[in-house]
Amino acid sequence: MKNTPSVEEQKEILRRMVLTRRLEEMLGDLAKQAKTRGPLHRCDGQEAVGVAACAVLNDDDYVCTSHRGHHVYIGKGMDPRRIVAEIMGRETGYCRGRGGHMLLGDIATGMLGGNAIVGAGIPAATGMALSFQVLKQDRVAMAVFGDGAAQTGICHESMNMAGLWKLPVIFLLENNQYGLTVRQEVQSPVKDLHIRAEGYGMPGVMVDGNDAVAVYRAAAEAAERARRGYGPTLIEAKTYRMEGFSTSDVGGYQPEEEIAQWRERDPIRIAAAALDELIGADEVARIEAAANIEMGAAFEQALADPLPVFETHAPSSAYSEISR
Amino acid sequence: MTMMRYAEALNSALREEMQRDPTVFMFGEDIGRYGGVFKVSKGLMEEFGENRVRDTPISEQALTAMAVTAAMSGTRPVLEIMYADFMPLTLDALVNQASVFGYLWEGQVEIPFVLRTQGGGGVGTGAQHAKSLDSFVAHVPGIKVVAPVTPADAKGLLKAAIRDPQPVVFLEHKLLYNMRGEVPDGDDVLVTIGKAKVVKEGTDVSIFATSKMVLEAEQAARELAKDGISAEVIDLRTLRPLDIGAIMASIAKTHHAVVVNEGWTFCGFAAELSASIMDHCFDDLDAPVERVAMPDMAIPYSEPLETAMLPNAAKIAAAARKALA
Repeated sequence: MKNTPSVEEQKEILRRMVLTRRLEEMLGDLAKQAKTRGPLHRCDGQEAVGVAACAVLNDDDYVCTSHRGHHVYIGKGMDPRRIVAEIMGRETGYCRGRGGHMLLGDIATGMLGGNAIVGAGIPAATGMALSFQVLKQDRVAMAVFGDGAAQTGICHESMNMAGLWKLPVIFLLENNQYGLTVRQEVQSPVKDLHIRAEGYGMPGVMVDGNDAVAVYRAAAEAAERARRGYGPTLIEAKTYRMEGFSTSDVGGYQPEEEIAQWRERDPIRIAAAALDELIGADEVARIEAAANIEMGAAFEQALADPLPVFETHAPSSAYSEISR
Repeated sequence: MTMMRYAEALNSALREEMQRDPTVFMFGEDIGRYGGVFKVSKGLMEEFGENRVRDTPISEQALTAMAVTAAMSGTRPVLEIMYADFMPLTLDALVNQASVFGYLWEGQVEIPFVLRTQGGGGVGTGAQHAKSLDSFVAHVPGIKVVAPVTPADAKGLLKAAIRDPQPVVFLEHKLLYNMRGEVPDGDDVLVTIGKAKVVKEGTDVSIFATSKMVLEAEQAARELAKDGISAEVIDLRTLRPLDIGAIMASIAKTHHAVVVNEGWTFCGFAAELSASIMDHCFDDLDAPVERVAMPDMAIPYSEPLETAMLPNAAKIAAAARKALA
């Protein structure tokens, strides 16, 4: 079984992680200038989880994420320009401006999708896996969710059924230590959440969520199990949310020394260091510079794109009052 | 035509649609080996196997959410929620998932699933197993809601619901399962979602109802006829999309309206009917719309208490007389 990323895959993972980080930084700047709408939930520090886990999936495998899913959007191969366009409410965005940054969906890349009801991505991926199993398809679904979502009742219901029916689903628990402002130990009686897997008859593994290669390996093994009909896996990726809950967050509840410790373990620096040894620092620097330029161009293009007009969005067949 | 019970008509619709389309599958509590607590899925696990007919844990929230995304992924799930009283557990999936993503991801996904459930009172099932929560689901944009009363409409609408590209909530009534009726064979049975039916023509007052309340309305019409009052009974069959054209046509003729629903009165489905009639038929009305629905309280267990609460033929007839007074 192949569970180690090739050099080319590692280069692409780094590129997408840098794209994600640059997306978050540029959004943060625009938010400070009051040029964004609504709260933005940045995933700085968590890039390795979404990007490296998505790297093991095929286009027709589906992934469901949360309100904090930019690394999953980029990781699953969505186009930065159309992501930015959606976040900036443009007609050229993935949902033509209907979704916003939390609710993107793209069937072509299998990113279905963001979800801003905490915990809702867990049954979403489980239901997709159920469909794959009913149709006897060789496809996998993955839910990327946080330690906050892990405390919902629907998480228990979903994992129980996934274990019971050996559904081809990967539960990727991104433990970033906080549910909004509340620390994980105040939300759960146990520190490590992957131990719950035993109660659902599935393997539970813990990985360093800031190490892209470790995340890739765990996800590859889980995907392989799912494809072979052995059922779900719960992966707990320990990571950290470096920029708070959202752009509307006034902060003060994440200790400075804690943030500083995690900044020392920036997942982009860890991924770059691993690649330095394989391809040299110059090539790594070139990949990072190119990704930064690409995201800059994505913003430039997206911000020049038109805003939608209501007339073409109101009479929607999704709300058809006429039977078809 | 074949004479069958309402439950048998539903069973036959499920069987035929599963034979016709291999992407249709069913899941729900006790629906497999046991055949469902109301026997609607009797024999289907034997015929289609455990992959397509699944007994599930008691997990209404996740089951409904899974039906939404399974439907986005190539299957047509039919989910049974045993009692309509459990519908509040399903609401995030309907309100925040199905209603949202059909629009946000329009052109990328369709969400063709059916949620079957049954409600209604009259047999002492108590406050948590007798309610009609029609308005909870009919309130949600993008969700179709049907509530047939006859075996023929039950079969025809269930087949249409399974084939529909949008989510459909299919409301049954526990007192209808043993009712018998003639059911057309083959695809002749198909009923278009969103079309009401004139059950009895009349000229003096229009009575609008769904599900078991149609039977009460018909009984009321017979009682009113004894006093020389000609009531028209309209079985709406679909709550959403509402057949406003049929409502307008009837009121244009009778100029008086009674709206009936077994759910609570305040913000109930009868309230929506009343408002829609005000919107579309105000100039045709000779009197205010009369509303017959459940009092706003928990349904008590003891027979005289429950019976006193339920909308029935006598209350509907009294409302018609009031409209005509």
